[in-house]
Amino acid sequence: MSAILNVRELEKTFGSLIAAHNINIAVPPLQTVGIIGANGAGKTTFVNMITGHLRPTKGSIWFEGRDITGRPSREITRLGIARSFQVPQIFASLTVLENICTATAIARTTSGLIHQALTPLHSSAILADSDSALELFRIAGYRHALAATLPQGARKLLDIAMAIAGAPRVVLLDEPTSGISIEEKFDLMAVVIAALKRRGITVLFVEHDMDIVERYADRVLAFYDGTVIADGPPVETLENPRIQELISGPKLKLAVPNGRHA
Amino acid sequence: MTMVSRPVLFGALALIIVAVVALALPSWLVSLTTLAFANALVVLGLIILWRAGLVPFGQALFYAIGAYAVALIDRYGGMHDVFVLITAAAVLSAFAAFLTGFLLARYREIFFAMLSLAMSMILYGALVKTETLGSTDGFHVEAPTYLGYAPQGAMHLLVLFWLVLAFSAASALLVFLYFRSVAGALAVPVRDSEIRLEFLGVSVNGLIHLNLVISGTLAGIGGAFAALSIEHVDPNMAYWTTSGGFVFVTILAGAGSVAAAFVGSFVFEFLKSIAYDILPGTWQIFLGAVLLVTILFLPEGLGSLFGRLRQRLNLKPANVSS
Amino acid sequence: MLTAFAILTDGLVYAAYLFLIAIGLTLIFGVMRILNVTHGSFYAFGAYGSAIAVGIYFDRGFPAAGGFLLMVLVAMVIGLGLGLILERGLLRLFYGKDEVIVVLVTYAAFLILEDVIKLIWGPNSYALYQPLALAGTIDVGSLVLSGYDIGLIVFASLLAIGASFALKRTRWGHLLTVVIFDREIAAALGINVTAVYTITFVIGAMLGALGGAVMAPKIAVTLGIGVEVIVLAFAVVAIGGMGSIGGALLGALIVGECRAAAVHLVPQIELFVIYAVMALVLIFRPQGLFTRIAPRKI
Repeated sequence: MSAILNVRELEKTFGSLIAAHNINIAVPPLQTVGIIGANGAGKTTFVNMITGHLRPTKGSIWFEGRDITGRPSREITRLGIARSFQVPQIFASLTVLENICTATAIARTTSGLIHQALTPLHSSAILADSDSALELFRIAGYRHALAATLPQGARKLLDIAMAIAGAPRVVLLDEPTSGISIEEKFDLMAVVIAALKRRGITVLFVEHDMDIVERYADRVLAFYDGTVIADGPPVETLENPRIQELISGPKLKLAVPNGRHA
Repeated sequence: MTMVSRPVLFGALALIIVAVVALALPSWLVSLTTLAFANALVVLGLIILWRAGLVPFGQALFYAIGAYAVALIDRYGGMHDVFVLITAAAVLSAFAAFLTGFLLARYREIFFAMLSLAMSMILYGALVKTETLGSTDGFHVEAPTYLGYAPQGAMHLLVLFWLVLAFSAASALLVFLYFRSVAGALAVPVRDSEIRLEFLGVSVNGLIHLNLVISGTLAGIGGAFAALSIEHVDPNMAYWTTSGGFVFVTILAGAGSVAAAFVGSFVFEFLKSIAYDILPGTWQIFLGAVLLVTILFLPEGLGSLFGRLRQRLNLKPANVSS
Repeated sequence: MLTAFAILTDGLVYAAYLFLIAIGLTLIFGVMRILNVTHGSFYAFGAYGSAIAVGIYFDRGFPAAGGFLLMVLVAMVIGLGLGLILERGLLRLFYGKDEVIVVLVTYAAFLILEDVIKLIWGPNSYALYQPLALAGTIDVGSLVLSGYDIGLIVFASLLAIGASFALKRTRWGHLLTVVIFDREIAAALGINVTAVYTITFVIGAMLGALGGAVMAPKIAVTLGIGVEVIVLAFAVVAIGGMGSIGGALLGALIVGECRAAAVHLVPQIELFVIYAVMALVLIFRPQGLFTRIAPRKI
């Protein structure tokens, strides 16, 4: 099975600072990859290079067999790689429905600005797609609420829902559960992963919460000092003493196992 | 499609009423309304940009280009037909907007406003120093012909008014439809999160460039009609105070609806005219006070009064926000 | 050679003028993030006040040195009064609102004050001739330089030095610098930002009025002198960087010399050369020549 995303010898330097080096990863389709590592370890640089925000100094990135190294973000999005943000990037002045309609409309008007100028925003097709997206992410109840008034969890879900409006094949989630209370993290992640699996999207997510990573990742990439120091199934990788020493900290023996489900 | 047809219906009705009523109005009022609607086109362009969070301080650049295009072709180009003049003004200002847009589209907020201002002042400086263009005095613009027809006496005021009215209606309709298109609806998202738009595949700079061309063209056509209306052009049309006046009216009108540009512009010209007559020594105090009161109590502009009126009368709420 | 020297001196004189009219504006923008259109009114009021008060002073035959001192005093008083009234009475109501809205508020205030000037002093033109006459001329080769112009250059230089010193060495200057850099951090440090705003605005008003006061002898003091000053000061501040005194000085020098060169060599571009420089700076270094790029905050 050929990889949907293939990264070879990827490197990024800023002057004398080596932010990332020697990164070689092949991601098979539909895998869910958890990316862990301390701040400054190179996770964000990695995500930014894949999504076109940063141009790699060396190496190459291949998506669905195509070389996308150094291409601008807009192009990479159109090709099928989307992302969500740690601080959810939503349109605060619009309602939730208008937010998702906007994303859906953009996805449907791929031939550019003139096409967009001639296409009405409120068509039944766009509305139908938008409604199903809201249902998929369980935020249909917020339909007419102003995005600015949404609680953090709903914001994250909206951000991700918008990101996948264009039916990408890969999505990168930047700390999807950051800022969410412990009680709600698992529910949120459950909704997200279910939705993305339903749509057949390969997921890479950056996370600091090891419980989330353990529960939802098929595979874990551990970043340290700009490179990947471990790559394997979650339990194995997170049990690894070196990973525990450098990144995740020791696993606590809880009095009540799995006591976190709300 | 009830969402589109109701405002359009009202607009068409208002248009016909105004066109007919004009026959009975005194010429000073017809002239004033002509100028008001010409300026309203500039304001319409500003509303398009304001929705995306951009307020240029130099829209007078295109206004002056349009005005001088008309004046120069009329005087030196030997062509007096109004459609030729307006088309030339539109093409020239659109081109200027296209060129300057490459630069302007890369800036936001105060830097955008300042760069826009700098460009308009460059034109101003050039106009003042050019003798052949009449320097500070500017020069006279003859009344145009309308496909061969040369109206006599008071008729020429009316005919120009009807033409401006027709152009205003056409522009209003086009902008109205534009706001309901995907591209037009992206204005507020630009204000809220450019990053999200970029990562959805939209070129935000490209979108802003498009909006700049549209508003520059509208400003140029407005300037062209203004030149024909007051029958004069001078460098002051490119001066920062002219740009300031347009921004003033935009705040007065509010960014909520297309009609607000025309109503707001008319109210402004009317108030200015009354102020000149009744308070000749203090008309600027009056205008300044009006602006302050508007900012304090009607931050969404006069247009928001329509919104509130609609809610009071319990009509379907207008889809104003996107 | 002569032309080069003439350009140099003309440039310096114009630079002094530009610096004097820009320093108040850059201070207010730097600290309060307000593009104060009323700056033109401060200038105008200062010019009128100076023309009339100092004119009367010299008419009464009082000693010359006191006349120049009176100019400064008049500016301080006008700046204090106008600044306080505007900041406490009007601007305060709009803090926190969109930047563009605040600019429009100052624009509205400017319109109102233009008519207030007309109401107080009428449409007449006032001339203040004594300071120019008293300062005499200095011959440099075949060039005749006005003593007053030289005085202006000296005055502007002293003001620049004084302002820089005040900002860098005094406690008050340090407070202002912190607020300029980041008002949130300043407030978190316990600095009374409201008081800083009021005092800054008043100082800015005084500087604006001072600009008008010392320029009065060189111009015909009449209606509308504030209008051009606003956009010129604006350009200098944009070039130098908002909130930077050094920037205002550098911007004034660059524009002053460019304009002088234009006047002598390419007169057609004289009027817009300042805006061309402004456009160029905005294109290549939008934050201005002297400011560091503000750190991005998320």
